[in-house]
Amino acid sequence: MPLTLEATSPSLQLPWEPSSRKMTSTLLAIVARILSGASVRWIDCQPDTVQRVYFANHTSHLDSIVLWASLPSHVRALTRPVAAKEYWEKGAVRRFMARTFNAMLIDRKDIKVHQSPVDMILGQIGQKYSVILFPEGSRNAEEQIQTFKSGLYYLAKKRPDLELVPVHIENLNRVLPRGEFLPVPLLSLVTFGPPMYLEQGEAKNDFLTRARDAVKRLKDL
Amino acid sequence: MFDVRTLSLVGGVLAILLVATSLGQRLKYSRDIGINPALVEAFNLRIRAWWLMCTVLAAAFLLGPASRVATVIVFFLISFWALREFITLTPTRLGDHRALFWVFIVFTPLQYLIVVLGVETYGLLFSVLIPVYAFLFIPARVAMAGDYKRFLERVAKIQAGLMICVYCLSYAPAILSLQIPGFEGQQARLLFFFVLLVQLNDVLQFAWGKLLGRSVIAPAISPSRTWEGFLGGVASTSLIGAALWWATPFDVWQAAGISAVIAVMGFAGGMTMSAIKRDRGVEDYGTLVVGHGGVLDRIDSICFAAPVFYHLTRFLFVAP
Repeated sequence: MPLTLEATSPSLQLPWEPSSRKMTSTLLAIVARILSGASVRWIDCQPDTVQRVYFANHTSHLDSIVLWASLPSHVRALTRPVAAKEYWEKGAVRRFMARTFNAMLIDRKDIKVHQSPVDMILGQIGQKYSVILFPEGSRNAEEQIQTFKSGLYYLAKKRPDLELVPVHIENLNRVLPRGEFLPVPLLSLVTFGPPMYLEQGEAKNDFLTRARDAVKRLKDL
Repeated sequence: MFDVRTLSLVGGVLAILLVATSLGQRLKYSRDIGINPALVEAFNLRIRAWWLMCTVLAAAFLLGPASRVATVIVFFLISFWALREFITLTPTRLGDHRALFWVFIVFTPLQYLIVVLGVETYGLLFSVLIPVYAFLFIPARVAMAGDYKRFLERVAKIQAGLMICVYCLSYAPAILSLQIPGFEGQQARLLFFFVLLVQLNDVLQFAWGKLLGRSVIAPAISPSRTWEGFLGGVASTSLIGAALWWATPFDVWQAAGISAVIAVMGFAGGMTMSAIKRDRGVEDYGTLVVGHGGVLDRIDSICFAAPVFYHLTRFLFVAP
């Protein structure tokens, strides 16, 4: 079986669905913002509909929703988070939410050499969508940001035109920690940083370290 | 419901706010008068917070029969937000998560539900729910989570947050259900009087400190709080309180005395919250909320003054 992605490309939608979906997605975004108490900062970066890769530190299952909800609605409509399939396919509520925020669900257990997640993501975003991803792979329990997996590098290499926007998410791990299912409504902070690109001839590890530092640096700004 | 006294009180406040707002704007755009722009900015932010407070309180008062419930809900939301800020800046561990869930989702709404139902009817539960039942529940729930590291410290922090942000603040809307003979239906004005005096006291202490301040009380905690500012603030707040006696059930002397107590408690609240902020190494509780001071920074003095104001008024006027 090839790597599976949720088939939610908008062309498959029925004609009356987009408007109702727009409403539910706006509603979900508002609830996510209120629940996570997220304030949003843009540092040397502006919200834009150009194709981007938002990459962030991963500390909570809420990360993808809250980051997505932090974007202005016209950008949000064109942005799709990459999320873990085994989590977001579990139960009707999560499935509904994943559909609403237009997630690309990736099965982490079923990654094949010839069907890399990078190709699947590129196929899904086409020339239109931006994507949210978490290069650490799994959520980390510690404060430290783990080393980045190589997906971001290959994405940048195959599509050098994509703007790579580092994002730092603070305190969401306390709102919904690993293994908990009920959130505690504390306050969190989402910081968008200046876009970066893969430099000419930059080695994979150098690039991944630079990308990780770009996220880390936003914490203290 | 809006009698002459309420109208004069609210009208007076609106007039003062209008003057203060125009003064703030004038200062903002006249650069060459030698006043620190940061000070002007802080002044303008504070005025904005007052407009918000005033509008919300007035709107809640204007709802007629539903106004008491609406006011309690407003204070519930303020408590909830202040508690978010408090706990956000307090390091907690994974083991505290479930206890925190109870604190936010059960104890905080329950305390305000009691205020809605009537503090006079459910007085005992109102006064013990958080200081006794939540006090006992929190350490037990944290212990069940199985993490003993810095146990007492973590528990104490959650308890302190709940006591200050929720329990103490809930005494402010509780004023609305005080049964004062001859003052029925006018408690909203008393609440307004209380909030007004606490806020005025904040400003007066700051202003006196700027004008005459020499001896700083505790430099490590707050370099701007001086004995001169404190005493000047207490004196002038008492004078203003006495001058506003007609808005309250008090006579002139009682109004002056109670205002002095409000001023002292307001000072205590500001000082205590500054100490907590210093310990956490932040300027404002709203550090995670960009561009605003926190809610807790605006209400710290109300939290400390409310229980004492409530008890004094009750002691003086409500038959036991």
